Amino acid sequence: MSEAHGGYYVPHGSHWPLVGSVGLTTLVVGFAMHLNGSDIGLSTMFAGIAIVLIMMFGWFGTVIRESESHMYNEQVDKSFRWGMGWFIFSEVMFFAAFFGALFYARILSVPWLGGEDASTHALLWEGYSAAWPTNGPGAMGGAFETVGAWGIPAINTLILLTSGVTVTFAHWALKKNNRGPLVGWLFATVALGFLFIGLQAYEYGHAYSDLNLTLESGVYGSTFYMLTGFHGMHVTIGAIMLAIIMLRSIKGHFTPDRHFAFEAVAWYWHFVDVVWLGLFIFVYWL
Amino acid sequence: MTTATAHEAHDDHGPARGLSRWLFTTNHKDIGTLYLLFSLLMFFIGGAMAMAIRAELFEPGLQFVNPMFFNSLTTMHALVMIFGAVMPAFVGLANWLIPMMIGAPDMALPRMNNWSFWILPFAFTLLLSTFFMEGGAPAGGWTIYPPLVLQTGDAFPFLIFAIHLMGISSIMGAINVVVTILNMRAPGMTMMKMPLFVWTWLITAYLLIAVMPVLAGAVTMLLTDKYFGTSFFTAAGGGDPVMFQHIFWFFGHPEVYIMILPAFGIVSQIIPTFARKPLFGYSSMVYATASIAFLSFIVWAHHMFTVGMPLAGELFFMYATMLIAVPTGVKVFNWVSTMWRGSMTFETPMLFALGFVVMFTIGGFSGLMLAIAPVDFQYHDTYFVVAHFHYVLVTGAVFAIMAGAYYWLPKWTGNMYNERLGKWHFWLSTISVNVLFFPQHFLGLAGMPRRIPDYSIQFAEFNMISSIGGFAFGLSQLLFAYIVFSTIRGGAKATDKVWDNPEGLEWTLSSPPPYHSFTTAPEVK
Repeated sequence: MSEAHGGYYVPHGSHWPLVGSVGLTTLVVGFAMHLNGSDIGLSTMFAGIAIVLIMMFGWFGTVIRESESHMYNEQVDKSFRWGMGWFIFSEVMFFAAFFGALFYARILSVPWLGGEDASTHALLWEGYSAAWPTNGPGAMGGAFETVGAWGIPAINTLILLTSGVTVTFAHWALKKNNRGPLVGWLFATVALGFLFIGLQAYEYGHAYSDLNLTLESGVYGSTFYMLTGFHGMHVTIGAIMLAIIMLRSIKGHFTPDRHFAFEAVAWYWHFVDVVWLGLFIFVYWL
Repeated sequence: MTTATAHEAHDDHGPARGLSRWLFTTNHKDIGTLYLLFSLLMFFIGGAMAMAIRAELFEPGLQFVNPMFFNSLTTMHALVMIFGAVMPAFVGLANWLIPMMIGAPDMALPRMNNWSFWILPFAFTLLLSTFFMEGGAPAGGWTIYPPLVLQTGDAFPFLIFAIHLMGISSIMGAINVVVTILNMRAPGMTMMKMPLFVWTWLITAYLLIAVMPVLAGAVTMLLTDKYFGTSFFTAAGGGDPVMFQHIFWFFGHPEVYIMILPAFGIVSQIIPTFARKPLFGYSSMVYATASIAFLSFIVWAHHMFTVGMPLAGELFFMYATMLIAVPTGVKVFNWVSTMWRGSMTFETPMLFALGFVVMFTIGGFSGLMLAIAPVDFQYHDTYFVVAHFHYVLVTGAVFAIMAGAYYWLPKWTGNMYNERLGKWHFWLSTISVNVLFFPQHFLGLAGMPRRIPDYSIQFAEFNMISSIGGFAFGLSQLLFAYIVFSTIRGGAKATDKVWDNPEGLEWTLSSPPPYHSFTTAPEVK
């Protein structure tokens, strides 16, 4: 599929990007139709998801095959590293938008509604006293309680921090070319990841049914669920990626000096770890 | 645009035949061509909307379109021109030029390059299809402020997802540019030897990676506010519609520089060639570009002076904004100094570059006026703002893109464009664009609001003049399309250097260049 050009590596054409575009478009058109009340919206959306998954399977498969047949030189490896690094930076900025919303509400807009800024308070919501957490002067979604920081969230913090350690142990094992411990520590990391997701799901159920804390609980519910929800989605993606890295490790894909895919996924895993620390401090704790 | 690479030893490296060449390509030149042609198409689609807007504003009263559709036209004109015409044109130029300028065979991540282009036609099909949906196309302005935009009909989720797709495309394109520049430079091509077009694109790409995800977050919050009961922008739930404006403009202001920094780069390539002098103050150009990029992150609320902000905020954003005039001034003075006592000739690319320097500076000055908070209270949401950003975007970004097209078209195609027609295109465009936008300053100062299909009788004369200029400018661009396509098809053969001793690695390649630009790294001294 590809060949070297005077020391450079230039891949030949690929149909996977176009398949990806068709998949993404089908996905969002289906979702949009669903939001507009169409009956076939959801099935269209799932068809789109299926196409995207086929694309990822095919595209990554091509790249793995090319990598395993040693088509990639050091320059390609470095390009992949830079690419993954800047992709993670773009993800950081995505979360920054939601953290920005959280800080803006807590530091500015909620106090203003509570009277710090006289005019909006007096005109619209007289008698509202600002506090955090809040579902606003309209008490959107009704009275609710929050999830305490020192229950499941603290356990989850321990789980994610531990998983950051286990993935590092896996890396050390890989560098020493010990496949047994590599797979073992990766398995532990994946298991901790899915344990985290399970506990988050349990906590969501508890919040919805017992605490009446929902997505509709004003700006607290909005920021709580959007931040933890997008984080949970990223943990799920990260855990799936780790599982694939584990399968590839079992197949013996990585060598002590050539294992970019492992490192990329490990970086990603540390990134979701760091985001979680921000969540634990600013969403659950303070 | 590229021809098969017969001069390569192994010709299986040439382009695939037929449609699959364009659908599956991983070649930076093919993808650059796709971007540029897509951008030209969007330029005419967005331009057609502008023509309808100017026709409606030709006289006071309602003539051709109903007010709702008029609002859709202004909204869609902006979205199409920003995300469909200007940004893809710059990415197309980056694709064509960066590998040739840094001595690389291709972009660093060629398959992702294909994907970043091939998302765009789908995204714009989604966006443009909203014209045919119940409730019409989005009509709340391209800034999609809640609560107004939440009143959009069936088009709403399509608008949001189209923006998501454009964002994915931009981020992948930008990552590719950064990685290519950092990792694919020929030996000896140190950072401070890179052509300015490469430098400006490197900095632009950082801006894109930093702010497109923020826009994605903002529109996601709009989506959940409308359909999933969140209260980000609803005061009753403790949120704040002004919060959207802050998040949006945190994206929006760097976005403004995303659309002008590559233009700076193009002009910095062209002026030295036709002044026959090296660029004056190369390193200060690099530092000025970086300073502008840094400042772009801390000036966003100057778009919101009238919305309600603490006094300290008004003052901070006012002074920070005015600070941008310093690095921008450095650039303008450097371009002028480059020309000082140069042996100047005035071929079409140089004419457009000169037009850029003069008219972009006019737009910069009106921007300084808008930066002054107490003055902005008067100008906000008037035609003065419209005149300002069209000077920086049309006579700024678009003129630079056209300058670049004329400058590199002979290199890309191997054929010279028709110089006489090029000059006609320049003069027709320059005269008409000033007739079009200059009177809008007066309309704005007199109080005419933007985004309105009808107006008070006192604004009639200037609107009519502006519309006449608009139609003339629109028609002049057909000449541009004719020149481009006739140059692709044939014409006098261009030499490898094309111009009189231009600087840069791209001129060491043949015209047209081989399919894989540099298969062995050139030596850079």
